[in-house]
Order: sequence, then C-alpha cells, then structure tokens
Amino acid sequence: MSDRPLLELDKLSTHYVTGRGTRTVKAVDEVSLTLRAGETLGIVGESGSGKTTLALSILRLLPTAAHIVSGAMRFEGEDLLAKSPTEMRKMRGKRIAMILQDPMASLNPLFTVGDQVAEPVRVHENVSRRSAYERAGALLKSVKIPAVTQRLREYPHQMSGGMRQRIVGAIAISCEPGLLIADEPTTSLDVTIQAQYLKLLREIQRERGLALIFITHNLGIVAHMCDSVAVMYAGRVVESGPVRRIFNAPAHPYTRALVESIPRLGEGPERLTAIDGQPPDLVSLPAGCAFHPRCPQVIDRCRIEAPDSVEVESEHRARCWVMAPAPRSRA
Amino acid sequence: MSVNAPAPSRAAGLTVAWRLAAFHVEGMPVIPILILVVLALLAIFADFVAPHNPEVGTLSQRFRPPAWVAGGTTENLLGTDHIGRDVLSRLIFGARVSMLVGFTAVLFAGFVGTVLGILAGYLGGWVDQVIMRVTDAWLALPALMFAIFLAAIVGPSEFNIVIILGLVYWTRYARVVRGEVLSLKERDFVRLAIVAGCSKWTIMRRHILPNVLNTAIVLATLMLGVVIVTEAALSFLGVGVPPPKPAWGLMLADGKKGLMAGYWWLTVFPGVCIVLMVLAANLLGDWLRVKLDPQLRQL
Amino acid sequence: MRRFVLRRLGYAVISLFLLSVTIFLLVRVTGDPTVLLVEPGASKADIEALQHDLGLDRSLGVQYVSFVRDLLRGDFGRSFYYRTPVLELYLSRLPNSLVLAITAMAFSLILGIPTGILAAVRVGGWWDGAGKVFALLGLSMPSFWVGLLMILFFSVYLGWLPSSGAGTPLHVLMPAFALGWYFAAAHMRLTRSSMLEVLGSEYVKLARLKGLPEALVIAKHAFKNALIPVLTLAGINLVLMINVAVVVETVFAWPGIGRLLYEGIAFRDFPVVQASVLLGGSMIVIVNVVVDILYAVIDPRIRYER
Repeated sequence: MSDRPLLELDKLSTHYVTGRGTRTVKAVDEVSLTLRAGETLGIVGESGSGKTTLALSILRLLPTAAHIVSGAMRFEGEDLLAKSPTEMRKMRGKRIAMILQDPMASLNPLFTVGDQVAEPVRVHENVSRRSAYERAGALLKSVKIPAVTQRLREYPHQMSGGMRQRIVGAIAISCEPGLLIADEPTTSLDVTIQAQYLKLLREIQRERGLALIFITHNLGIVAHMCDSVAVMYAGRVVESGPVRRIFNAPAHPYTRALVESIPRLGEGPERLTAIDGQPPDLVSLPAGCAFHPRCPQVIDRCRIEAPDSVEVESEHRARCWVMAPAPRSRA
Repeated sequence: MSVNAPAPSRAAGLTVAWRLAAFHVEGMPVIPILILVVLALLAIFADFVAPHNPEVGTLSQRFRPPAWVAGGTTENLLGTDHIGRDVLSRLIFGARVSMLVGFTAVLFAGFVGTVLGILAGYLGGWVDQVIMRVTDAWLALPALMFAIFLAAIVGPSEFNIVIILGLVYWTRYARVVRGEVLSLKERDFVRLAIVAGCSKWTIMRRHILPNVLNTAIVLATLMLGVVIVTEAALSFLGVGVPPPKPAWGLMLADGKKGLMAGYWWLTVFPGVCIVLMVLAANLLGDWLRVKLDPQLRQL
Repeated sequence: MRRFVLRRLGYAVISLFLLSVTIFLLVRVTGDPTVLLVEPGASKADIEALQHDLGLDRSLGVQYVSFVRDLLRGDFGRSFYYRTPVLELYLSRLPNSLVLAITAMAFSLILGIPTGILAAVRVGGWWDGAGKVFALLGLSMPSFWVGLLMILFFSVYLGWLPSSGAGTPLHVLMPAFALGWYFAAAHMRLTRSSMLEVLGSEYVKLARLKGLPEALVIAKHAFKNALIPVLTLAGINLVLMINVAVVVETVFAWPGIGRLLYEGIAFRDFPVVQASVLLGGSMIVIVNVVVDILYAVIDPRIRYER
C-alpha cells in the first residue's frame, strides 16, 4: 500500500444555482477528505446534507444546475478537475465506480443481465463480446449469484431485490476500479439481506484491495464496515476521524446526538434521545454554525461565526467552537 | 457532463422567436389572448369593420387577386372569390361564425359532459357503468365521422352544427371530469360534508362542482381548437355551415375550385385565420393547464 | 388471464352494441328513415315497399333485431349511386385507405421520432425551440389545409406532383404528408417528453456512471425505453388515421373509405354513410380490444389491473 492517498479532496465546494442565477445553494461546502487504498470511509448525514452531491462531484456527473466552484480533487495523484470530459468518462466505471440506492431502477428493464454486466468491460477494455460475456459470468459468480448461465440471460424484473443489488455490485467491480462509492446501497433492501450484502462487500473489498466510500444515514452500518467516518451537516463535514474515536469520543454536538440516538438493548425508553428541530433548508442557512439552532451546547459565537476545522486529536477533526465535554463511557 | 441531463447548447434565432411567442406579461401569455380578443372584436363589430357585404358579390369582379398583386384593387384588399364576394369581409364575418359555433359548441359539450361526469363519478354504481359504456362506445367513433353522420341525417345548419359538435365532444369531458371526481370523493372536505348530513345533490353542487371547474375550463380551451378544426372540416365537406354564410371552412371549399387556376388567396387566407385561432386557443389552453392544474400535464 | 380477455371482449361487445343502437336510433328517431333510405326518384310503391321492409309498422325493438340480423349477415344495404352492396364497396376501398394511412404513419414516425429525440437530448437548445414551433404548427394546422397548400405549391406552381387520384407512388406523397403532418407533431411531442423522462431515470444515470459514451447511452439505453409509449400511441393513431382521413381523401380524390363517405354525403347516398360509420366505429373497437389483449400478453403486470 503506497503512502500517497488514493483520493484527496481539498476544500471542495459544489453549488447549485437556481432561479436564473438568483439563488445559490451550497450543497457541498469546503469539504476536505483523504482516503487511502483499501480503506473504507463512511459518510454519514441526514438527507439533504450533501452526501450524494459530494459523490457526484467526485465523479463530475453533476446535474446542469450544479457546479464545482472551488477546491481541489486528486485521485491517484491526478487532478480530477483538470480532466477533459472524455478523460473523465474513461475514468468512470474503470477506475472509480459507483453503486446507486435503488437496484431495480438502476437496471434497464429492456436488456438482459448479462448484457448489462458485460457492457462496461466491452466499452472500457475493448474486448470481444464473447470474452466480455464470460467475464460477466465470472463476475456474477464472485458476487455469489447461483445458476450463473441462466441468470445471464434473464431480465432484471425476474430477480429479487437482493440479487439485483449484487448485480449492480458486479457491474461496479467489473473493470477492477480502485475506488467504489456506494450511495445507500442497503437502504432499499430487507434487513435480513442487508447483513449478507455488507458481508459480500467486505469480501470483495478485501480480495481486490478496493477502497470504499460508504454513504449512509445508518450509524450502525458505519460502525461495522468503516475504518474512518465523516459526518456531514448542511453541506459541511462537521467531524471526521477513525471510527472508534468518533463513536467513543464524539467531539461535535451533532455527532454526539447521532451516536446517542442509536437505541441499545437493555436500556429503558427514557434513554431514547432525539435531536430537536429540523435539518436546515439549504437555501436559507442560519448565520454562523449551521447546527446552532438545534445545538444543546450553543454559545453566542456559534450564532455569528461558522467554525473552522480544528484538530481534536491526530486524524480527528471537527468544526465546533465548543467541543463536547468528556464522553461518558460506553458499555 | 451530467448524470441528469446534458448541458443545453447555445440557443439562437428560433428560440428568440419562441420566446417572443411565449411572451408573458404578469404571467399571462400576451399573444394568444391578443389574437383571441382581436378575433372576438372583429366578430362582434363585423358589421362596422367589414368593407363589403360578405354574402353578395358582383360577378364582373370575380377572382380578383389581393391588392398588392397585379390586377388587384384596394377596394378588395384580399381579393374576391368565384362569385365576386370580398374575401376580407367574408373573413371578418367568418370570425363571427367560427367564434359563435366554437364557443357555443364547447360550452354545450362542456356542460353536458361535466354534469354527466360528476354524476358518473360521484354516484357510481349502475349510473357510472351506463354513462361509461356509452362514453366508451361514442369515443370509439372518430369525431369527424360521427359528426358527418349526424349532419347527413338532420341536415346542415348553424344550429344543428352546434348540437352535433356538442354531442360528439361531450364524451371527452365526461371521462376527464369523472376521473377528477373519483379522486375528489376521497378528500376530507367531501367526507366532512357527508358526515354533516348533506344530501348527495348538495354535495355535488356545492363541493364537487367548483373543484372540477378548473379542469373543465382547461379542457374547454383545449377543445376549442379541435372543435374549430372539425367545424371547418365539416363546412369544407359541405355538411357544416351552409352557404351563403361565410364560414372559413366553406371558403376553403370554394377556394378549391380556383386552386388549379392558381387563385391562391382563396385558400391561403381562410386557412391562416383558422390556424391563428386554433393556435391561440392551444397556447392559451397550454398555459391555463400549467397554471390551474399541474396534475393535468398528462392531457 | 382468461378472465381479463373475457372481460375485454365483453366490453367490446357492449361497445359494438351501443354503437349499433346509437346509429339505429339516430336514424329511426330523428329523421324520417324512408326519406333517407329511399332512392331519389322512387315511386310511391317503392316507398311503401321500403317501409314494409324496414318494418316501420312494427315496434322499435323488433326493427332493431332485424337491423342487427342484417348486419351480421353482411347486409349493409345497397348504394343508390353505385348500385352494389355497400359492404362490397367498402371493402374494395379499404385497401387504398390502408395504403394511405400506413404511408402517412410511416412519415409521421420518421419525422416525429428523430426530432423528438433531438429536442429532448438538446433540451433548451435550437432543436428544442424548433421542435416546439413545429409541434405547435402541426397541431394547429388542419390537415386538409396542408393538403390544399401542397397542391398549390407542388402541383400548380411546380407541376411536380399529381393533384388527385391514385395509381403511382407519386400520387400518395402529398396525401400522406398532409395526413401525417398533424400526427408527426403529436408523435414528436410525445417522443420528446418520454425521452426526457427516460433521460432522468436511474438506469440512464447508471449507464453514465459506467463510463459509457454519451452516444451509446442515448442510442442504446434511452432510445428503446422512450419509444414504448410512442409506438403505443402510433398504433392507436393508425386506426384513427384511416377513419379521419375523410377530408384528405376528399381533397386529393383518393379512392379510399373516407372519400366513399364523402360521396355518400354528396350524392345523398345514405346507406353508404350509415355503413361507413358502423364499419369505421366497429373497426376501432375491435382494434382497441386486440391491442389491449396483446399488451397483456407482453406485460404481465397489466393483466391484474382493473
């Protein structure tokens, strides 16, 4: 594993411009992240926090209204923002891949599974139909789909949700990318299938030395799957660091609240805490720190100035003026 | 590059023209309304605006071309037809015919269709079944064919045409209104009214009707264009407005007689009028549809 | 599945029944059927014979039954003008209308679909603007006026194309264009909106994420899916076209069933008019049922819908 990080985001900002230039939404606001080969990074946040926009920014597949306005992105040392559209297109699927949330909607209902899995191979690696098809078969095997030859000829609607998500996974790893971004891949799966799927992801990752960015709103999964985690709120990363640290000693009040809101067996109902208030409307953000209207530790400064990113410990950063006090010990 | 849609290329020329056509003032589309208002004014004040009598012509002046072509005079700005009648006057009076027939037919069809649609949607049961079966059967008949058939039986006249068009087109209203009513039935304010003990008729009149009115209006504007074209087609075929009344469709039929000889003005001008009116109705209908009821986009 | 088919067939039968009842009633009740159905210049004896034939002295119900019985036997009356059974006449003209309708439909698809796709892919751009203008004009211009203009231009001024009749491929060009123009605009509109919807779908998103070239994304993934509703509409429109072509066939003197209907009116040949309407309407009902059933065969989800 080389020392150079696989993916580096440096104060990346993506804004949506709507209403004919009158309104700007800062969907991603000065996000900095680092990811090394083979690592798993979890990105956590409520809906609207900017997670998906961040993923699309990395791949530079933003809708027309959105633009990357500032910051830098480097993948394997190469400047992603300097790449031409054709170069970017060649990177997608081949070096950076992405899985979307709804597997049924992601697969084209009119084409066979085999066709869709073989497609990226044919496009990126210029091989014959036959060998691409054989590769597709091997890929399906590696995501543990039985009766491969038959499945290759079937259509998406003939399969179960779990199987479809595996197929989407197979498509993603088909060209051996170095980075896989998974946007809420288990949200639409049954709970029983989720665990299986996550296990599969981990295996694939280990086998191929794949780096994984796992976007989710479920902290439980993060605890299981990820090496490090970044917590997003209103487009900013409010806390980031190794998973263990964040769970045991969350510095930002939002992270604290998230961690504490995970229900635990054995504790009575009085222990359930929720976070008061609603996530902010990105169009009209409050002044200062975006979280201050809901923060239990708010001080005056929070209302005026948005906090900078401060190092709490090595590799553990947070954006807060207050920093939560010493944590209670967790069982 | 984008996941959702490719970036739009620079627009020019035609898009400018489009922007002009779709020009809005305070949200209202200016041009269609302007056209319709002008046509309405012409229709109302035809007697004062038209330079000549539309139904009587001088044979010695037949087939005069428009004023700007060799052989034309300023007396007949747009030329004369095969009996020597002034084209411009006929066009102006024709606006009256088109507007009258168009609006009346649409109102008639709308009234019948809305009432039946409400009854079918709200009362359900066998009333619904009967009305729906009849609607389906009548919808299977192409409007034009049905209208021709009816005209063949009762004979052409302005009054008959209105009735015929109404009979042909009410089914479209009934279908759509019924759908609206079906979803309205589930809404809370209707349920409250039922619980409060209002009779069926009261509910239909005071709660359901005002709410489907929006849909009905949008549908009416959209139908206006269709009705006008159908009326023109009927007149063209000889089963619409009977001569010597000046209907645009009839003028086209007369115009055909001079077509092979190159008397183009008898065909072009009436057609342009029809297109203008239909265009205005369509644009207005589109705008109304978006404004009044976004759900109707599928229409 | 069987229940579905039976139910659809049931509806069709009811529709056909209602159709025939409507036409029957309209003729018998609103006008004097003898006036309509008797040949011009018939003697008093002929009129009385006809009255007896029609059974006007009997109840409406009985009249209707004999009416339907005749229909089912293929007896749609005799044309006064042509002096042949109307059914024969109709069937001999039908192929011509089919030729015209198919040509016009082909034209409308060839023009409508690519312009719709271009307008969607270049949304907001030049093509989209042009497409919108084209759609508006197409939907506002009556088809017979388009036909007249074409005659003016191509026959009178340029002398390239024949203005009436049928016989050579040249003869079908203008009528097909005039007839297809409106539908081209309608198809273009639908293709555009369908394509826009597909372009925003998740699987197209994924296709782009796979790194496929944009041309492939559109041609392979978007195209086929976008086409489905358009082809559905085209199928429905085909039958509509045949029946609505009355005016276009009249303008160009094209010997199809539309022109037959016109002749029926012009020559006061009522049996022809009545039969045209009955046959035309029935055709549409039957085709609708067949299309419904075919769809259920293709797409299993439809079978379980109401």
